[in-house]
Amino acid sequence: MDKEYITGSVATKAGEVPVVSTVLSRADKWGDLKAICAIRRMDYTVDPGLYAVGNPNEDSPVFASANYKLSFDALRREIDGIDAWTIVLDTNGINVWCAAGKGTFGTQEVVNRIERTNLKDVVSHRKIIVPQLGATGVAAHEVRKSSGFSVVFGPVRASDIPPYLKAGMVATREMRRVRFPLRDRARLIPGEILQGLKYLLPVMGLFVILAGLHRGGYSSQLTLRVGSRSAINLILVYLAGLALAPALLPWLPGRSFSFKGMVSGAIMFLVSLLAGLAGQSPFEIVAWALMFTSISSFCVMNLTGASTYTSLSGVKKEMSVAVPLQIAAAAVGLTLWIIARFV
Amino acid sequence: MSELKYLKGVTTLKLNEDKCTGCGMCEIVCPHAVFEITNGQAEITDRDACMECGACALNCEFGAIEVESGVGCAEAVIVGAVRGTDPTCDCCGEPEKPCC
Repeated sequence: MDKEYITGSVATKAGEVPVVSTVLSRADKWGDLKAICAIRRMDYTVDPGLYAVGNPNEDSPVFASANYKLSFDALRREIDGIDAWTIVLDTNGINVWCAAGKGTFGTQEVVNRIERTNLKDVVSHRKIIVPQLGATGVAAHEVRKSSGFSVVFGPVRASDIPPYLKAGMVATREMRRVRFPLRDRARLIPGEILQGLKYLLPVMGLFVILAGLHRGGYSSQLTLRVGSRSAINLILVYLAGLALAPALLPWLPGRSFSFKGMVSGAIMFLVSLLAGLAGQSPFEIVAWALMFTSISSFCVMNLTGASTYTSLSGVKKEMSVAVPLQIAAAAVGLTLWIIARFV
Repeated sequence: MSELKYLKGVTTLKLNEDKCTGCGMCEIVCPHAVFEITNGQAEITDRDACMECGACALNCEFGAIEVESGVGCAEAVIVGAVRGTDPTCDCCGEPEKPCC
């Protein structure tokens, strides 16, 4: 693979260290966009090791990063104009926070990577700046004991690094906070939509086939008429859960994701009803009401993992209530929808 | 923007004040400002904001913090239930699945 972000190399006591550009090329941006859309994201990696940014010397700061290229790109873009070293850990191509949760962005890997890159020969100080979200996997006091390097937890976001350095490596309270703003929520939508297609398309196919059933047998006219209406409804459910809900998350009522999802499903059900897509028969209307709310609830419940503030205890608690209700509502909804084909 | 808060009264976070030295590490690593140091002692000031990531407990040199950490991810709970393991977002084995 060509590594066009490497622009040269710099000589150190530990040998030649590649220099990386701080300006993202068109290829970098295109790759990052594809990764956001979950296309080929698993092999979107950088080789672990030490890299130079700008023209660093033995006093320059050292930043740790994950070997997920999106994480690495965010770091090098934001430290444009700063002379620094970046030490890229082997996290199997996973971002800092997720990898820290698994322990791959962890104490052992920091210690190993410091040794393997001979960092102590490259810099004269003994400090390594680790993104704050790495703290889930990196125990600062353990790294100090094993490697002699002090871990300093930098800000959560790479974009806060310049002001953080300017303030003498002090992060403000806000720099330490993880939020879940609209921009971050919107970034989830393309990936969720593409990932979800493998469930949506077969379900749509099934509904279209079943739509032709009626008391007298099977009608291809119904397949077309009821089938297309049903397919559009399923697309609306899907959008309720994977686009509308993440966009409107703070404004949807309730704290549990499954409840928020039920509400976004109900909103889309009203759209469907007003557009005449829910059919005429009371059976079918109730069927769609149940399916919109239960499927959307399930989809949004599964966004908990992509959110930045849900706890495992909380997720287990909401699932214990929501999952039985979702299954019951979806099953009753599907049954009523099939009954509606025959009455 | 309105603050997003998750369920109340669920976190397993525990602080043992007798072991706390007030070093402030928990305040630094917590992504949701759950802790504050006052008079040389850590204090849990926003318990319900805790997402059980475990950064504070891992970085408490004095073992003053306990939390059952894990991923707050429904899909991970489902995958764990199906496989009969702990909740896991083990996406590494499944290339087309996004992590978290």
